[in-house]
Parts: sequence; structure tokens; C-alpha cells
Amino acid sequence: MKHLFGFIGRRTIMFFRHLTSIACITGEAFYWIVVGPFRKKPVKRFHLVSQMVEAGVNSLMIVMVISFFVGLTMAMLLAYQLRKFGSESLIADFTAIAFTRELGPLMTAIIVAGRVGASFTAELGTMRVSEEIMALETMAINPVRFLISPRLLAMIIMVPCLVIFSDAVGMLGGFVIGKMNLGVEASYYIQKSLMALQLKDIVTGLVKSFFFAIIIAVVGCYYGFIVEGGAEGVGRFTTISVVNSLISVVAADCFFTAVFYMV
Amino acid sequence: MITVNNLVKKFDGRTVLSGINLEVKTGETMVIMGGSGCGKSTLLRHLVGYYRPDQGEILFDGKDIAKMTEAQLDAVRKKFGILFQSGALLNSLSVGENVALPLREHSDLNDEIIKIIVKIKLELVGLTGFENLMPSQISGGMKKRVGLARAIALDPQIVFYDEPGAGLDPITTAVIDRLIVDLSKKLGITSIVVTHEMKSAFRIADRMAMLYEGKVIAVGTPDEIRDSSNPLVQQFITGSADGPVPLRRSSEEYIKSLTGV
Ligand SMILES: Nc1ncnc2c1ncn2[C@@H]1O[C@H](COP(=O)(O)OP(=O)(O)O)[C@@H](O)[C@H]1O
Ligand SMILES: [Mg+2]
Repeated sequence: MKHLFGFIGRRTIMFFRHLTSIACITGEAFYWIVVGPFRKKPVKRFHLVSQMVEAGVNSLMIVMVISFFVGLTMAMLLAYQLRKFGSESLIADFTAIAFTRELGPLMTAIIVAGRVGASFTAELGTMRVSEEIMALETMAINPVRFLISPRLLAMIIMVPCLVIFSDAVGMLGGFVIGKMNLGVEASYYIQKSLMALQLKDIVTGLVKSFFFAIIIAVVGCYYGFIVEGGAEGVGRFTTISVVNSLISVVAADCFFTAVFYMV
Repeated sequence: MITVNNLVKKFDGRTVLSGINLEVKTGETMVIMGGSGCGKSTLLRHLVGYYRPDQGEILFDGKDIAKMTEAQLDAVRKKFGILFQSGALLNSLSVGENVALPLREHSDLNDEIIKIIVKIKLELVGLTGFENLMPSQISGGMKKRVGLARAIALDPQIVFYDEPGAGLDPITTAVIDRLIVDLSKKLGITSIVVTHEMKSAFRIADRMAMLYEGKVIAVGTPDEIRDSSNPLVQQFITGSADGPVPLRRSSEEYIKSLTGV
């Protein structure tokens, strides 16, 4: 029993220590994104573009494929229920709102956490164990500014873009079911989707995805920075990083849904 | 130029450096020797302000590095060049970009001039024309030389070398040793070299210091060290297995760890 409390206590302390460090790093990375240009140390375009390609463009295919299948699946699930009431045309409304508000941002965040967040940890962790981060520091180059700021900025720009694609493709999945299975008219379906959608739905989704981008980028980079124990450590910390990133994203999603539901 | 007074460092309660005293004069090449794991890299990392000591002071031009703020440290670090044990090149940047990195970060020079400086520095280490290769495409010895070119990119006053010959064949080691000597003589740079290889130590040193159990046990010119009467120093120079240096810390501890009492 004593051991159990000791264990829980230590874990709690560790948790808050990580949380404080992550908050500090987030602040510092944003500081350099905003203030850097005025101190002649802007985020270098070359670094930013290569991260945007890596995080955004290279994730586009998988985001679209998965969103399409989720869209199909959801529409079938809905069709099954809605047929009972003879209101199949509501598929359009439901998929449109479900994707823009919820599934688009969440699916994208989960994919990006697994793909990009993991690679941030592995990349920076490898740099850490091979003394590269120490080398930066001793060359008077701030590693947060040099390594984290471009990644954070790239994610903040690219994740919302990915979400827009995810929304569109998810709705396309709904459309395919609506058209093939239930015989809803194409023009009618599109018109209904557009009528159901409010600007608010899209904006809430994008606001969420902005925060997901920050969570994934900072958690991924943070665990890379604290890797210890050589190549084996890089693998271990990458796993921890992805797990924590996913938990944080889903928890944040729940939080935001609650907030947007109330306002 | 650098004076270390009574430097003490503990990691998790284990003393690694237990009162180091050392002086390095401007323009000289100081070699710090010692067995693997005796704290050479740790000492070096203190000298460049990466670790903060538990006790003692590290004076660089009369100012204590151990008490500086990060901003002050960064100003001092621009006068340092460091060659790491592994070279520590950024693997995502080409050889040329690695050498250019300190210039891009700390000077207002334009691209053309930076390119020329990079060429000059690579020429100094004998790697003309390697700018566009990636670090993963070159050998360990070449990585160290690129690391050296990067270390001297900003024309430092003092260059630190952590085991410049570790993991290299004897000929490459000799090449790098000659580079170190050339650089310090040609450019008048103060050098601090950490190594456990006696041959290169005697080749490059103006003075040498021997580290043992967290203390400096001997300092002097190569000749003085060679003639030292200290049996620890003699065993290290001749590299014999038998002598006062124990294989493990203490046999009592070993027995304790076996029996658990
Ligand atoms: N950051 C650290 N945390 C804990 N122990 C360390 C750390 N750095 C070095 N040590 C320990 O200090 C000792 C000396 O290490 P090091 O300076 O790398 O030796 P050397 O370079 O002479 O081979 C080793 O026993 C090592 O385990
Ligand atoms: Mg070492």
C-alpha cells in the first residue's frame, strides 16, 4: 500500500514536472517565432519550408485516404439508422457537421501525431544522443529557436490545411453513400450540405486543429530533447511521446467540444 | 587565459571532479590526459559553460564562466571553437552548411562571403570541394575535420578538442594531430585537447596535465611528464596493465555487491 502511494506520488510529481517544462518550451518557441524577426533571428525560410513539406504535404495522402474511409463508414452507419425514419437525406447534414466540427480535426490530429510527432521525437532524440544539440548550445545557438520554432510554425500552418482536406474528403465519402446507396440527387445533396453547414462549424474545427498542432509539435519535440540512453532510448521515448501526444489530443478534443457545445 | 580553481562536480551524489586546479596560458596547447570515464569530457563541458560546477570557479580572461547568465555565456561562446568527440555535425545539413552555420547565425555577412569563408575553412582542414556532401556520406575522420572547420569558422581565440583521435586509424589520427598543431601555430589559437592517446598527446602538447580520480595529479611539459616519478603517470604513459591504477574501484565494494552485505 505504501509502495502504491509512493508510486502514485512520484508519478504525479513527474507529470507536473513534464507539464511545466512543456509549457516553458511552448512559450519560448512562440517567443522566437514572434520576436525572432525583430532580433534578426527569424525562423529560416529553408527550415520552415522543409518542415512544412515533411509535416503537411507528405501527410496529405494518408489523411485523405483515412478520412474518405471514415466518411464512407459513418455514412453507412447513419443510413442504417435513418432509413427507419425515411429521412436519408439527413446524411448530408450529419456528415458535414460531424466532419467539420469533430472527425476532420480529430482524425487529422491522430494521423499527424503518429506520423509527424513521432518523427519529431526520433529526429531530435537522435540529435540529442549524438551531441548535436549540445553542439548547438555551445555554438551559442538556442536549440529551441533553431529546432522547435520552425517545426511548431510549420505544424500551425499545415495542420489546419490538412483538416480542410480531411473535411472535404470525409464529406465526399458521405456523398458517395448518399448517391449510390440511397439515391439522393447529387445537386440536392450538395445543397443540403451547404445549408446545414454554418461558418461556426468550420471555424470551431479549425480552432481545435490549431491547438492540436501545438500539442503535437511541442510534445514531440519535448520528448526528443529529453531522450537519454542512446539509440534504444530514442525508440523508447518515441513510444512515450506518441502515447502522450494522443492522450493529450483526445482529451483536448473533448474539452473543446464541451466548450463549443456550451457557447 | 583560462584558470580553473577547485572545480567540483557531482552527478547524482557521485563525485566525478573533486577539486580541479588548472591554468592554460594564451597561445599554448594544453593536453589533458586520463583514462576513459575519468571525467575528461565532463571537465571540458565545464570549461565551455555547458555544465555548471557544484563548487569552484572557471575564469576566462578574469571573468567567472560558472556565474554568467545565459546571455553572457553566449557572448563568450562566440570566442570558443569546440570539436566534439563524435564531430557532432548536424546530419540534416550538408558539410558546407554545417561550416556556414556559426557564420549565418552570428554574423551579418552575405551569402557570397560566407561561401568563400566556408571554402577557406574547408581548405584549411584539407577538404576542398566536399561542401555538398551530407555528413552521412563521409568517413569518421572526415567528419572530425569538418567539425574542426566549423569550430574555427568564427576565428575563435581558443579551441577545445574532445578526443580528436578517438575511433580513428593511426594515420588519420596523425593527420588530425598535425592539423591541431598547424592551426595553433598558424593562427595563434590557444588549444585545449582532451585525449587518452599518449602518442598524440606527446606530439601536440606544449604542456600536459594528467587527470586521475577527479583531480589533476601532474602538470608539466612533455619532457617533465615523461620523466615524472609518479608511478600513476608512468603506468599511464607506458600503458601497462600492472601498476597502482586499480582495475576496479575497490575489491571490498565488489565483495559487498556480490554478497549483498
Ligand atoms: N550528465 C551526466 N549525468 C550523470 N553522469 C555523468 C554525466 N556525464 C558524465 N557522467 C559520468 O561522469 C564520468 C566521467 O564521464 P566523462 O567525462 O564522459 O569521461 P571521459 O570523457 O573521461 O571518458 C562517467 O562515469 C560518467 O558516467
Ligand atoms: Mg569523453
